[in-house]
Amino acid sequence: MTAHSQWPLYEVFIRARSGLEHKHVGSIHAADDRMAIEHARDTYTRRQEGVSIWVVRSSQITASDPAEAGALFEPAKDKVYRHPTFYEIPDEVKNL
Amino acid sequence: MYTQALDSLEADLLPGEESTAALEQRFQAKVDAEERIEPKDWMPDAYRQTLIRQISQHAHSEIVGMLPESNWITRAPSLRRKAVLMAKVQDEGGHGLYLYSAAETLGVSRDELLEQLLSGAAKYSSIFNYPTPTWADIGAIGWLVDGAAIMNQIPICRCSYGPYARAMVRICKEESFHQRQGFEIMMTLAHGTAEQRRMAQDALNRWWWPSIMMFGPSDADSKHTTQSMRWKIKRFSNDELRQKFVDSIVPQAQFLKLAVPDPDLHLDAASGHYRTGAIDWNEFNQVLKGNGPCNRERLAARRRAHEDGRWVREAAMAHEAKERSR
Repeated sequence: MTAHSQWPLYEVFIRARSGLEHKHVGSIHAADDRMAIEHARDTYTRRQEGVSIWVVRSSQITASDPAEAGALFEPAKDKVYRHPTFYEIPDEVKNL
Repeated sequence: MYTQALDSLEADLLPGEESTAALEQRFQAKVDAEERIEPKDWMPDAYRQTLIRQISQHAHSEIVGMLPESNWITRAPSLRRKAVLMAKVQDEGGHGLYLYSAAETLGVSRDELLEQLLSGAAKYSSIFNYPTPTWADIGAIGWLVDGAAIMNQIPICRCSYGPYARAMVRICKEESFHQRQGFEIMMTLAHGTAEQRRMAQDALNRWWWPSIMMFGPSDADSKHTTQSMRWKIKRFSNDELRQKFVDSIVPQAQFLKLAVPDPDLHLDAASGHYRTGAIDWNEFNQVLKGNGPCNRERLAARRRAHEDGRWVREAAMAHEAKERSR
């Protein structure tokens, strides 16, 4: 098997039960989308871990760059007023 | 998503940005703070290489480990035992796949990893180079070999490298059934006829020392331990884990009324630990060098399986190409 014939990499997302979101669980190799579902099922749901599977070619995912994490996520740090606990309300006020 | 994203690593090293020393310092601070390192994060090359070596050896061990056990699937003594053994062997295959995926996040391809296994360049756990001549061996493997593996693997659930730690959490959850089914087989044999008891004892005699050696060389001779502990890839030394294993297994053997094949084994009253006799590291090194009872057979079986599956892999790709061109 040469590098050229290697089955492409897929990322696998599983919904544990209805009502929950699909969550990334790992990756597998498969020749095509349908085989990717079958391999994901054999590899990641041997103990009823899921009721639904998403697979996506790893090459189709665009990810943020860790080097930009500061620029992307730090601006939210000083905006504590986005959280309900920022506001002081007297104890006697109920249902707020 | 991880492998292709590695291309962006270079961005961290542009001139004018942080020096390698500063990057290393920040990396170590993150590790010290028990934060996880993820695939696209900067990491020292030696850390990356150590992980690739360790994770791929671990993956190879899972895959080769399927061989001694699958040997017994068609001859399992009942339908229940057969169903259990098939599930266990399938789990080992799954574990190999989780681990290969984790290794691939470090920028090595599945093909390279398989090539290293099949060419004999990569190592796998020496334990799988011992034969499984009787059904009791399946019990002993589950009880002792999987028991030792769990002892080794639980601390890796907290490994500093995220994908390895996550794979290990999944593996540890699944392994505990492996050890329990093995103990159950031993228990059934130990409570059976005189001949079944003899089989159980014989299996314990053959698997005890190789299992003890699964933890690797003693701390004094383990060249990777210090660095791996600093990187939090490893949490306990080989000897610490070995001691934990011995302390947990000896009472289980006593429960089975089977004799641990070590005349020097004794309970050290002061420390509360069981102390074993001297380990024959010469045997360990011989098996490691490829001179164990089944080294050649195991690799030959893997190569044959790889070759026999070639047409399937190629046909699947040809089918995909044809579908795409429509």
